[in-house]
Amino acid sequence: MTFEVLLNQVISETLTVSISRFGPELIVSATILVLLLARLFGIDRWVTPYWTTLIGCMIALGFATNQYLQLQQGAIPAGDYFTGLMMFDGLTVFLRIFLLLFIILVTVLTVLSGIPDLEDGPDFYTLLLGSAIGMMIMAGANHLLMLFVGIEMTSVPSYAMVGFLKGRRQSSEAALKYVVYGAGAAGVMLYGISLIAGMLGTGELPLIAERIGYLTGSASNFESPLVRTLMLAIMMVFVGLSFKLSLVPFHFWCPDAFEGASAEVAGYLSVASKAAAFGLLIRFCLALMGAPGMAASSPTYLFLGIGLGFIAMVTATFGNLAAYTQTNVKRLLAYSTIAHAGYMLMAVSSMMVLLNAPKEAGFSALEQSELAARSIEGLLFYLVVYLFMNLGAFAIVALIRNEIYSEEISAYKGLARQTPVLCACMLICLFSLIGVPPMAGFFGKFFVFASVFQATRVHWSMWLVFIVGAINTVFSLYYYLLVLKTMYLDERPEGARTISIPLNPNGWYVIFVTAPLLLLILCTEQLTQTARTVAAGLFL
Amino acid sequence: MSELLLTAIIFTPTIGAIVLLLFHPRSDESMKNWGLFVTAVTFVLTLFLLKDFDTANPDMQFSTSIPWIPHWGVNYQLGVDGISLPLVLLTSLISMLAMMASWSIHKQVKGYLMLFLLLETGMLGVFLALDFFLFYVFWEVMLLPMYFLIGIWGGPRKEYAAIKFFLYTLVGGVLMFIAMLMFYFGSADPAQGIPATFDLLRLAEIGQGLVPGVAFSPTMQSIAFVLLFIGFAIKLPSLPFHTWLPDAHVEAPTPISMILAGVLLKMGGYGILRIAFPLCPYGAQWGAYALVVIGVVSILYGAFAAMAQTDFKRLVAYSSVSHMGYVLVGMAVWTIGADGVTVGRDYWVQGMNAAMFQMLGHGISSAGMFFIVGVIYDRVHHRDLNKFGGLAGLMPLYTGFAAGLFFAGLGLPGLCGFIGEVFVTLSAWNYSKLLAVFVASGVILTAGYILWTMQRVFLGPEYKGPHPEAITQMNGREIVIASVLLFFAVLLGVFPNTMFSLMGASMEQLVAAMDVGYQNAVQTVNDVQTTMLK
Repeated sequence: MTFEVLLNQVISETLTVSISRFGPELIVSATILVLLLARLFGIDRWVTPYWTTLIGCMIALGFATNQYLQLQQGAIPAGDYFTGLMMFDGLTVFLRIFLLLFIILVTVLTVLSGIPDLEDGPDFYTLLLGSAIGMMIMAGANHLLMLFVGIEMTSVPSYAMVGFLKGRRQSSEAALKYVVYGAGAAGVMLYGISLIAGMLGTGELPLIAERIGYLTGSASNFESPLVRTLMLAIMMVFVGLSFKLSLVPFHFWCPDAFEGASAEVAGYLSVASKAAAFGLLIRFCLALMGAPGMAASSPTYLFLGIGLGFIAMVTATFGNLAAYTQTNVKRLLAYSTIAHAGYMLMAVSSMMVLLNAPKEAGFSALEQSELAARSIEGLLFYLVVYLFMNLGAFAIVALIRNEIYSEEISAYKGLARQTPVLCACMLICLFSLIGVPPMAGFFGKFFVFASVFQATRVHWSMWLVFIVGAINTVFSLYYYLLVLKTMYLDERPEGARTISIPLNPNGWYVIFVTAPLLLLILCTEQLTQTARTVAAGLFL
Repeated sequence: MSELLLTAIIFTPTIGAIVLLLFHPRSDESMKNWGLFVTAVTFVLTLFLLKDFDTANPDMQFSTSIPWIPHWGVNYQLGVDGISLPLVLLTSLISMLAMMASWSIHKQVKGYLMLFLLLETGMLGVFLALDFFLFYVFWEVMLLPMYFLIGIWGGPRKEYAAIKFFLYTLVGGVLMFIAMLMFYFGSADPAQGIPATFDLLRLAEIGQGLVPGVAFSPTMQSIAFVLLFIGFAIKLPSLPFHTWLPDAHVEAPTPISMILAGVLLKMGGYGILRIAFPLCPYGAQWGAYALVVIGVVSILYGAFAAMAQTDFKRLVAYSSVSHMGYVLVGMAVWTIGADGVTVGRDYWVQGMNAAMFQMLGHGISSAGMFFIVGVIYDRVHHRDLNKFGGLAGLMPLYTGFAAGLFFAGLGLPGLCGFIGEVFVTLSAWNYSKLLAVFVASGVILTAGYILWTMQRVFLGPEYKGPHPEAITQMNGREIVIASVLLFFAVLLGVFPNTMFSLMGASMEQLVAAMDVGYQNAVQTVNDVQTTMLK
């Protein structure tokens, strides 16, 4: 095969297959160009940047939804594209839709709360969309290179967004902390990636498991130096992902960054980067184990899965306990974000554990992949719910900040009398975060804990994860209730700023974001079905 | 129509709460009238239920089942039988009366009424749900309204009481959640294609070993029973999980205290009867003695603690701990003889019926007692027993009602408290003579603290406490509430069969099923032992 033939093949594949599969990302990229060019020629005076952003994202969302429908009908087959760099499957498209929907909601929020003014608009939305592309790449990465590119494309604009409130020292400090941590984590991860790629001679995720098999042969325990090096490399990649997921002990940046950033940005980071990173984590974990059904259950990966479970347990507990002493709402929500990352990680952990069940546990291969799919289904469901409850909480914080110029919990005293709608929505969001039915958060927790419960059949230590996870619900109660107590039970002090957010667009926006938390009880089945289909696609 | 009746009962209060949004925030009077109307409609709907209820049929009636999350085997499944029907009636009655007692609420009336109505939905849902998942959802739905009802409209230490209530109940909820997952996954066998289910009736059949292919092992039954029991005992409340109750009762506003004592505590007992017992008969028998002992200790401790109180409301709260101890004793007097067969099964049936009756009787009398306390508190704004006295002369009618309702709590023959206590004591005699003596002495202690309270509050020459000028006669609304409660106290006391006839068939069936379930579980244990010996 000559070089020319090869080149032609690549070009034709790119033009016929890859470009259309990469459509949503390209549309968002085009939107960025339009934003920048519009500013160059001063068009942004007439067409405000947020309209450009919204329209661009909506087109991309429509495109992605169409992709999803076609994927379901089998009109487009799932498969890799860009010569194996990216993966196009249910998870990719699901997360694309998720992220684009979320970007639209965040953009609307920024319009309502007015955080980037007209002057800064193009910059802000460029950064927002830039990181969104990074996240979508993370969701579809099929190659270690794309894994790194995705994470960095997400991180770099995020750093700038955290420091976007240029006048505030706190904001710059937060951005600096975020950068330093981020750079460190990225460095470690890059080292891990290079080790893996160097040892295995490939960066393609689907080939990894097979190559590991060749390399280590039958010596799949820690005696072999190869296995040890490989595990070290895998751990290093996990470090990078843990940083994005703010898992203990890589969570330190999270409260500082959230406190320094505006609530809108904090809300954006807390949901979007988590979702993308979980997508990536699932892909990476599955890549290690190889094609489903083929994978021999490995005690090493069982161990890894249990390790993830323990990290999840510690993260959830730490997040919940550290939140107790917070006085700033955004910091409190940052610790809540950490705790929720812990809960969600439990689903990934139980997937790993279930897929690597030893023969004695008596699972059939079919049952194993069925149960693993259920874990991922729970995780995806949780993510969707988490989008609404966390965005709702941060949006309310942002809107209240615009009225009382404070994000301290103590400044929220007695707000319920003055702005009943916002406080009622906050109540729904926080109760959903606790996981009290009938709020949707309960269903997410239920599905995740159900999968952890299944994993207890494989290894006893998952009982510990399960019980600590369940008890964490009780731990988390207190600090969420503290916010609600301040809002509802305390009296508004004399001379405090009055606030009135009637049913203007702001109020309606918050209602719109929180309503799904209540209405989801009516369509739980549809959402679980969707999550099911997407999850099952990973284990075909 | 009859399929929709249960749904209508559950969600009428919710719809009422949503409609409240449309009212003008300051139209307190009309909002309260609307709230009363909604609770009255709910009560009438439950009466329809009573009208069409077939007492001879021990099975579920008015059953509905709609797939909710079919993919996870969750159904919106409702039904009513002899065990739940009396409690549903009690709930709707007490809610209506508590709503009438809510005229003393003047702060943020709209929020109060909405939360009140949502609470009623949760309570009715718990008693009518036949799907474990749905049951759990309704169980937890009550947390939110209750937290705010105590926390916003409560007394001086309301925040402490509200969070304590929430934490305790949530811990119980988490334990129930774990047990729920154990049952759910235990009910499936993928190899045989048996799907997992949340259907309480089916889970009960599995628990009783009636479904070929799947069974809950005795070990699992015991663990699950402990988890469920703690979850329900917190609500009941029985020692040592009762400490939330005095705080919550004391701080809650009067109508909410009525609901707490009248209905919420019954959920613990109902949960044991509906879930813990039928799903793990082996576990129930395994823990029976512990249950009886816990019940007896609760009776005695509650009575002694009540005797030591100087706060009127706290006294009534501890009397609830004591009275609910009878419920626990009555349910658990299940003796297995040396040959492995239930001894004196009729006594156990009697105990179960009596426990159920005690719940109803206590629902009426404790709601009444809290209401009586609330009436005087609204006037003189204190509850210190040592600063009362002489009310009999000042408020004769009030004293009359109070005497009636307190004697109902005391267990005076002819009033509702008597029937439950006496039958529990009788059935306990068959179980353990020693414990029965303690149970019986609880009656004396109860008489002691109630009579002493009567003496300190109503008798004596004159009232020397604060605000003597505020003591006025009961108004019409208060008279209506008190007389309705007193009417039911007398009705249940004189014609206990009105309730026994409702619950009898279902209770008999429950006992029979548990008996079979225990034998089956023991059978499997024996089989395992024989195979191991071989």
